[in-house]
Amino acid sequence: MKIHKHEVIIVGAGGAGLMAALYASEGGADVAVVSKLYPTRSHTGAALGGIGAALGNLEEDKPLWHAYDTVKGGDYLADQNAALVLAEEAIAAVVELEHYGLPFDRTPEGRISQRRFGGHTSNFGEKPVRRACHSADRTGHMILQTLYQQCIKNEVNFFDEFHVVDLIMNDGVCAGVIAIELSTGEFHIFHGKATLFATGGWGRVWSFTSNAHSLTGDGAAVPLRRGIPLEDMEFYQFHPTGLYGLGVLLTEGIRGEGGVLINRHGERFMEKYAPSIKDLASRDVVSRAIYEEVQKGNGINGKDYVHLDLRPATVNRFLAEAGEDRRLTEEDIRRKLAETLDVSRTYAGVDPLKEGIPVKPTAHYAMGGIPTNVDAEVIIDAVGTVVPGLYAAGEAACVSCHGANRLGTNSLVDLVVFGRRGGIKMAEFCKGADWPDLPGSAEQVTAEIRAEFERIRNSNGKIKTYQLREEMQKLMMEGVGVFRTEELMAHTVEQLKDIRHRYMTDLVIDDRGTKFNTDLLEAWELGCLLDSADVTAISALNRKESRGAHSRQDYTERDDDNWMVHTLVYRENEAPYDPEPRYSLNMERPVDVSLADEDERFIPKARVY
Amino acid sequence: MRINFRIRRYNPESTEHKKPYWQEFTVDNVEATDRVLEVLHRIKWEQDGSLSFRRSCSGGICGSDAMRINGRNRLACKILVRDVVEDGGTIQVEPILGLPILKDLIVDMEPFFAHYREVMPYFVNNDPVPEDGRERLQSSEDREVFDDTTNCILCAACTASCPSFWANGKYVGPAAIVQAHRFIFDSRDQAAQERLDILGEENGVWRCRTIFNCTPACPREISVTRAIGEVKLAIQRGSTEGIIHPDTIPAKQGHH
Repeated sequence: MKIHKHEVIIVGAGGAGLMAALYASEGGADVAVVSKLYPTRSHTGAALGGIGAALGNLEEDKPLWHAYDTVKGGDYLADQNAALVLAEEAIAAVVELEHYGLPFDRTPEGRISQRRFGGHTSNFGEKPVRRACHSADRTGHMILQTLYQQCIKNEVNFFDEFHVVDLIMNDGVCAGVIAIELSTGEFHIFHGKATLFATGGWGRVWSFTSNAHSLTGDGAAVPLRRGIPLEDMEFYQFHPTGLYGLGVLLTEGIRGEGGVLINRHGERFMEKYAPSIKDLASRDVVSRAIYEEVQKGNGINGKDYVHLDLRPATVNRFLAEAGEDRRLTEEDIRRKLAETLDVSRTYAGVDPLKEGIPVKPTAHYAMGGIPTNVDAEVIIDAVGTVVPGLYAAGEAACVSCHGANRLGTNSLVDLVVFGRRGGIKMAEFCKGADWPDLPGSAEQVTAEIRAEFERIRNSNGKIKTYQLREEMQKLMMEGVGVFRTEELMAHTVEQLKDIRHRYMTDLVIDDRGTKFNTDLLEAWELGCLLDSADVTAISALNRKESRGAHSRQDYTERDDDNWMVHTLVYRENEAPYDPEPRYSLNMERPVDVSLADEDERFIPKARVY
Repeated sequence: MRINFRIRRYNPESTEHKKPYWQEFTVDNVEATDRVLEVLHRIKWEQDGSLSFRRSCSGGICGSDAMRINGRNRLACKILVRDVVEDGGTIQVEPILGLPILKDLIVDMEPFFAHYREVMPYFVNNDPVPEDGRERLQSSEDREVFDDTTNCILCAACTASCPSFWANGKYVGPAAIVQAHRFIFDSRDQAAQERLDILGEENGVWRCRTIFNCTPACPREISVTRAIGEVKLAIQRGSTEGIIHPDTIPAKQGHH
């Protein structure tokens, strides 16, 4: 068995992983990036509309306003110190991306161009502000490309198509990870001083999602099985504008440019739900509004979708009504929203210049994840005790800067700001740290994970992976989706046990081979999805209030007296693949409200848009 | 509708088939608007779990699932059933050409990425950053001239459609030239001449015989042949000045 030794091991090659790799390598560390995909396949590339930073290139803007919007958008569950770091360092991070060559669109003065985005305002909620820096509507694609290019320039070591399947802990210290090389099926040990998880999210837990097939929660499940908790997993964002039928995302930038949501009566219904910023309210608010419209029978043709109307005639009518000078032309749309046109035409046969685009909310983003501090160091308890050598960043992590609901563009901000911080911190750490020992021989270290893979490879039951996966996805969509109740969530928790039981005892796969055995890996990934679903459902059932993306029909109000705390969930079993996982909850970690001490505008209050 | 698939199979571990072979599948209840990728998934999930292919985003942006569908390189997630076949018809799927087959539709991408790395596919500017600590300035016009080639997702559909590449795997191929073009024509970059020198060598742009397969193969509608032509012109002139005029950049039409 091969053992690779690199000071810094980065798991996942999306924006957060590559940002960390870049800054760790610039800090002098020997870096290896281990990813189950080729780096440019990572889902950061699907991010569309922009990255928020208070550059103020088109109108006045301040980091404190960005921090306020982030805290408010997160329904006051965001740690305020983290939100401030996010907003302040966004500026340097975006400028550095430009210095690395990222082709942002430009203002007439040649500066980075910015557009409006949901929930981003000037002067503490006064009016929408142009904060989202963009490269057409493929900003994530350009970030991913730019970071990969610079990592090549810095001669970062890439292990492409190496699927990380286990975390190596030795007496509370992280010593690296175990990965399967897809092309051979062989296990490899990656032994490092510092290991960072940047594996993205787990949207494939739900049946209707914007997420890639690869987003199966490996990075949540693997550390969980080795004693690391997961934080705030009940907060999962449904993006309002998934393309009907597919779930593929249509950017919020469409509404930033003036696009509006319209029901079957031709009404711009967001005027009722968010009178001041309307279609640019935060995503949880807009998603719930669409659900409510559909429930009232206001969906288009009585179905479960509404129209996203981007036609210049519609947009300009509302701009004129709002007393705004700017107008949208077809040429603007072709230039700024090329992906939108392409996606709508290719997949829905709809030309957005001529008709409304059918949309409904789609499972999109995990606010929760592996708990970290603002330096991307993983913490293991309510008082913030750091796990030596273990880091996390991006969607896989929970800093928590997004609280109960993330604002548009802040995912990209999160991954560049905290990926950068993680990279810098790891390079520093490696200079002073000794190499951790592996807790045994290579054979011993990999024994448990090899046994789990052999169990799946030789499984000989009756049910295929996809059947159990679809059952889980449907269950989670109904039980732990946009609206939630005690009864449905409790039912979901129980049914997940039943699905897991069949996964452990009655699974069958067809491919018994070693090379590129994607049948085997999909089955293993289902285990990760089930862990992610379990923790999500348990966390959601436990929180008896409505806050941000966690909206309960039996506890409809936010309850700051009892629930200004983060959820931490631990897996209690000694054996990492125990067929009957037991979980414990810790509700002792308070939300950081440090900005409110100095500025009363940060004191939690009702969230109105 | 009912659709037949004819899929090129190869499993290096198989004792039965030592060489690639064709296998046929029939799938019922296919919608005309299904993506080919979805139907491949149904075959894998419902009929034969050993069928192997790469995929991730399923929305045409990650570039994992380039394959040869009815004789043309396509992203399986960006082509709908109705685009290639009618009810009762057959969709033929095989790996992209010119790269070694590893298993079924999965090819070895390393030679492709090795060529990518040869062309200095990264931004170079050794000047100090602006004193105000802010972004470098660039006009919208200067930004526009290389916009087309920033769309590349490295799916290899172009390079694997190129007869010159099939004939000589040392040729860097269209994708690497597109990636180099993105920097060569970026007003902020300082390594254009080095890239032009690399691409002026024997396995660079002159291996391109303007066969034009690459352009229709591109799922991102990049004008690949045009980009290669612009690089050729820059090498001949020893300069990138005045080669691309923003006004003449063709608008994208969108796939139907």
